[in-house]
Amino acid sequence: MENKIIKTDKKVERRSFLKKIAILALAPIAFGFLGASDKLKTVKKWMLENGYIPSNHKWGMGIDISKCIGCGRCAVACKNENNVPKEPFFFRTWVERYRIYEDGDIQVDSPNGSIDGFENTRTTNKKMLRSFFVPKICNHCDNPPCVQVCPVGATFKGEDGVVLVDSDYCVGCRYCIQACPYGARFLHPETHTAEKCTFCYHRIVQDKLPACVEVCPTQARVFGELNKKSSPLVRFLRMNKIGILKPSLNTEPKVYYANLDMEVK
Amino acid sequence: MEELIQHLTPILKEVWGYIFPNEIELHWGILIVLYPYLTGLVAGAFILASLVKVFNVKELQPTYRLAMLTAMAFLIVAPLPLLAHLGHPEKAYEILITPNSTSAMAMFGFVYAWYLMAVLCLEIWFEYRRDIILWAQKETGIKKWIHKIISLFSKDISEKALHFDKKWVKIVTIIGIPSAFLLHGYVGFIFGSIKANPWWSSVLMPIVFLFSAIVSGIAMVLILYMIITPVRGKQLDILCLDKLASYLFYVMIIDFSLEALDFVHRVYESEESIKILAYLVSNKLFISLVVIQLFMGMLIPLAMIALIKIMKSPPDLKKMVYFISAILVQVGIFSTRWNIVIGGQLFSKSFRGLTVYKITFFGLEGFFASVIVFCLPFILLYILTKILPPWEEARNQ
Repeated sequence: MENKIIKTDKKVERRSFLKKIAILALAPIAFGFLGASDKLKTVKKWMLENGYIPSNHKWGMGIDISKCIGCGRCAVACKNENNVPKEPFFFRTWVERYRIYEDGDIQVDSPNGSIDGFENTRTTNKKMLRSFFVPKICNHCDNPPCVQVCPVGATFKGEDGVVLVDSDYCVGCRYCIQACPYGARFLHPETHTAEKCTFCYHRIVQDKLPACVEVCPTQARVFGELNKKSSPLVRFLRMNKIGILKPSLNTEPKVYYANLDMEVK
Repeated sequence: MEELIQHLTPILKEVWGYIFPNEIELHWGILIVLYPYLTGLVAGAFILASLVKVFNVKELQPTYRLAMLTAMAFLIVAPLPLLAHLGHPEKAYEILITPNSTSAMAMFGFVYAWYLMAVLCLEIWFEYRRDIILWAQKETGIKKWIHKIISLFSKDISEKALHFDKKWVKIVTIIGIPSAFLLHGYVGFIFGSIKANPWWSSVLMPIVFLFSAIVSGIAMVLILYMIITPVRGKQLDILCLDKLASYLFYVMIIDFSLEALDFVHRVYESEESIKILAYLVSNKLFISLVVIQLFMGMLIPLAMIALIKIMKSPPDLKKMVYFISAILVQVGIFSTRWNIVIGGQLFSKSFRGLTVYKITFFGLEGFFASVIVFCLPFILLYILTKILPPWEEARNQ
């Protein structure tokens, strides 16, 4: 009889031991799930505060290259609005200058991302064929390679089509930076997480325009809804011949260029 | 941050042509060069070991256990450079518990865990079980307990049990070969699937990675065997060396053909990126790709091994040539990894310019850190050979 009791005790002991092991093993996983459900904390807060419903929107941007004068105000405004480090290695948006000469020679530059303006230095006497400025920004691809490769799902495409990064979740592996064909991403030197244009998400949830659009003196940038006929962006797409960057990569950008030159990559 | 800015500022002046402003910082440095190099050695050493068990290449028996332990030592260290390079290593567990199903990188934890637990640990355990039990019986003190624990307190060394072990070593090896292919092919896929980068984006990438891995693994085991055996005061088995060199030669031929195919294909298709890539190869990568990877790491060892095989050479000359070839191959494969990882980031995705890679000396991503990471597997291997001696005489005790 005594023997039996001891035996059952052992069994109970073993069972509780196994239970403890299972709990120990599962705890980090459960912790991870909790972390995941907490993922969109900041973004959700903005949305709730402003009664913003992402599924009602689909955002895009139009850029008219013939209107851009290369003043670089957009790049300055972006850095100020979004606390982007001021050093010339980190940009959410920048402006490139193209100079194409008669002999086929092409010069492209973007000193400090256009923030200091462009010097009128002509290094050659060759005759210029055409010259223009191209503002660059995250293309908020509908088929975003950066989102595809992120190992933890920290970067994602919202229902409104905007590609965002959750810095609480980003592990800083930089795979998304490698995967972006447009050089639109960088690693923030202080937070050590991936950074990019958000279309000034904190502004658009409040029905405001992105900073770069707001400050552009020539209205070269047009921001708006892609699915609403009355939107200025839809009008922009109707009135212009439109090009996108690197169409062969099938990233389906939502930044549309009017008067795009074949030399722009 | 200050450090990074100081590091990047002089690079601004060394940029050739036009690169996107965010591209001045080169994102994957020497640690990420080490990662495919180390996993390549794992896969290569394992494939070599499997030649003995699955394909019954008896001549290679002296290196079988050494190859297994080498694979183990390098596999344990392989995730370290990845971890050290993360912006937030403390969040690395997220990759395992909330992986993004479309991300190739997210599969790392699973492929790694599978390979470590289901392949290497199991195979080593079944292979060594009998010996561990016998060692534990004879030993005293801490060693006895280490061996007892490693044997998982099994005691059965009956004929039937040993037969079971043998069968399972074979089964695990058979599962292990595709797993080793998966482990390293997967690393190739991480690079090969990036369509934004024409230097990486190639369907051949996983398979080129794989064969260069086998090349490096065989060469590494050859080097280790040739250093360790005389140090232990034993004779080198020349038949084994001949076989190793032959396999090295054959796999190098395959590797060379694949890389040549990749090259010819790129030149023939001559896509948008061809001009900048040609400029990259003929300038920034000339030394590391043409001189080191192609000539020193591939053509010279191939020629040397071929010559020594054709001419009937004395064993001492053979040994010397094999050893030098294996060292050259090692340098060549490291250079291959360098050319892929660093080379792929030296040109702008605007295809209009090149940047430079300046290695730092200190810090987690510096030169010294990578030297430490590179030395770790050898220290680990030393410890492993103390716990699980792979030598024949230890076995016959």
